[in-house]
Amino acid sequence: MIHQRTKKKITQAIAFNLFRVLSAILVLILVAILSFILVRGIAVVNWEFISAMPKEGMTQGGILPALVGTLCLVAGSMLFAFPVGVMSGIYMNEFVKDNWFKRFIKLMTDNLAGVPSIVFGLFGMSLFVNTLGFGDSILAGSLTLGLLALPVIIRTTEESLKTVDKSYREGSYALGATKIQTIRRVVLPMALPNILTGFILSIGRVSGETAPILFTVAAYFLPKLPSGIFDQVMALPYHLYVLSTSGTDMEASRSMAYGTALVLIVLVLLLNMIAHYTRSALNKKLK
Amino acid sequence: MKKITEKLLEGLLTLSGMVSALTVLLIVFFLFREGIGLFGKSPTEEGFTIAVHQSNPVQSLTAEQVKHIFDQKITRWETVGGNTDSIILFRLDDLFNYFPEEELIGIDTSNALLAQKIDAIIARTPGILAYIPQLDMTAATQSRLIKTEDINIFSFLSGREWFPTSTPIAQFGVLPLLLGTLWVSFIAILIALPFGLATAIYMAEVANPKIRGMLKPVIELLAGIPSVVYGFFGLIVLVPMVQKLFNLPVGETGLTGSMVLAIMALPTIITVAEDALRSTPRSLKEASLALGASHWQTIYRVMIPHASSGITAAVILGIGRAVGETMAVLMVTGNAAVIPHSALEPMRTIPATIAAELGEAAKGSLHYDALFALGCILFLITLTINITVAYISKKRKRNRLR
Repeated sequence: MIHQRTKKKITQAIAFNLFRVLSAILVLILVAILSFILVRGIAVVNWEFISAMPKEGMTQGGILPALVGTLCLVAGSMLFAFPVGVMSGIYMNEFVKDNWFKRFIKLMTDNLAGVPSIVFGLFGMSLFVNTLGFGDSILAGSLTLGLLALPVIIRTTEESLKTVDKSYREGSYALGATKIQTIRRVVLPMALPNILTGFILSIGRVSGETAPILFTVAAYFLPKLPSGIFDQVMALPYHLYVLSTSGTDMEASRSMAYGTALVLIVLVLLLNMIAHYTRSALNKKLK
Repeated sequence: MKKITEKLLEGLLTLSGMVSALTVLLIVFFLFREGIGLFGKSPTEEGFTIAVHQSNPVQSLTAEQVKHIFDQKITRWETVGGNTDSIILFRLDDLFNYFPEEELIGIDTSNALLAQKIDAIIARTPGILAYIPQLDMTAATQSRLIKTEDINIFSFLSGREWFPTSTPIAQFGVLPLLLGTLWVSFIAILIALPFGLATAIYMAEVANPKIRGMLKPVIELLAGIPSVVYGFFGLIVLVPMVQKLFNLPVGETGLTGSMVLAIMALPTIITVAEDALRSTPRSLKEASLALGASHWQTIYRVMIPHASSGITAAVILGIGRAVGETMAVLMVTGNAAVIPHSALEPMRTIPATIAAELGEAAKGSLHYDALFALGCILFLITLTINITVAYISKKRKRNRLR
């Protein structure tokens, strides 16, 4: 009896410690990736790196056009995806009754979220670049990226609307407000922190995507800033891909690659932190 | 006035609500519209055809056979169902080996003289396989045009070679790419599963709230790191490591890709599996503990079986992630389009193929259509995965209500 009990305890201790070790390895992997890029990249990143054009076959100079290109794409895609996604989320949570139609749209949204990014690239190339004739342009790339970000925004909006208690809606109706007024004045402000979090996280996702922009907007080397929405641009993730696999002189452009990777990671880290901060700050304010 | 704006707004909301469904339908339409263009066409170079001697019993050849003949892997007609003659290849450039130059003055691919000369060559070499421009061969008496099999879904799916731009005949066999994709993804999940499950159990049951609060952002960050950065990390750290560890000529192998994919699939697996474990009813857990089971026994015998469908969903979603991942895989797997025999060979996945080749494929060419057909396959795989997961989670919900 006692023997069995100690055996039980020992198995449990072994199992739990194994879990601890495996989880710790996970943290170590993240730390390894981050510190690897931080240590190698920090020597390269300075003001010139961020503010100058690439020079000497992309082995010298900076990454300004890629940075600006990524910002353009993020802005463009969010301009399209955020309003549409939020409205879609509102529609799903506030307007549709729970029937086959809602389930169908939900399934479609889930499917859209699971579509591989390269398929978005193919689709964007076929529809925006070729059929609609936008060519390789910021417009085509932004729309493709926007569609990719759409399901994330729809879902987070829906989830955050769900957390708003029913009593608030009923209180608003009791005061004579219409459905739209209730949504605008009562429900949306309360759901805002979580919606914003989803928004910021999808910015992070969009700024790191490469496959959808390969054939819709990204330029291999284009040392000038875009002047309109029909221009091609360089983009940070694609620039990193180019630098690390097909640069003219790979050894010489390696340090540039570390710098670009660092800028990308810092961007994502920053956005994650801002997302957490907004969530907690706005939630506190609401209480 | 107010009412009209409200109606307008409602209409706008409804329209937005349809966007995701509409996008999926549009993706299906555009992908399949281009992809379908591949089928029913001849894989030979445009404007060229293949002719043989009248007496040759072979009626048609598959694209693979033609390629092997030109690569001299097949050298006898017997191999492809003909007689015992050995195959003599003839290309247009070989014309000068058969005739003195002065006889060929003024010849050009559009005139009847060329057809006549080729017919003469074919007439005197029974074992010939002539790869020639499409000519007016009605006057020819000794030669017969041979059919190459058009590309069909079956040959596309079961073809063992992928050489989309090779001449004289392009090979669109998806098998090496499909197998490469599956190999890389499954090994990735095999690597990720122990880590993922362990971390999920640890976070759901073992860790105190403080440690859990630290692990959560780590996982979110892992999910947030762009795939090119993973690819870059893999290229610089993992590739040399694998090369040294297994003493290989190159470090870009399927295994390297799987390692990178495993890290990338982990956040999905952990989050979904943890949710599934957390959904175990308290009463079940307490009943098990009250019966004298240890915490670990409760996890192992009660919670994991209860969450098994959720864990399955986690694994399937992880596979979906891995199958569709493009950039990281493109950068570290070596991209050799051959049927893999071990994890330590370079492999090439479907998404990597699309990313690497679409830039060079001219719009409307067979190659372009073939890449869209690959996109269709990829889309269908992920669609199946998503529907399976939706089905599993629906069943779970129903069981829980019972």
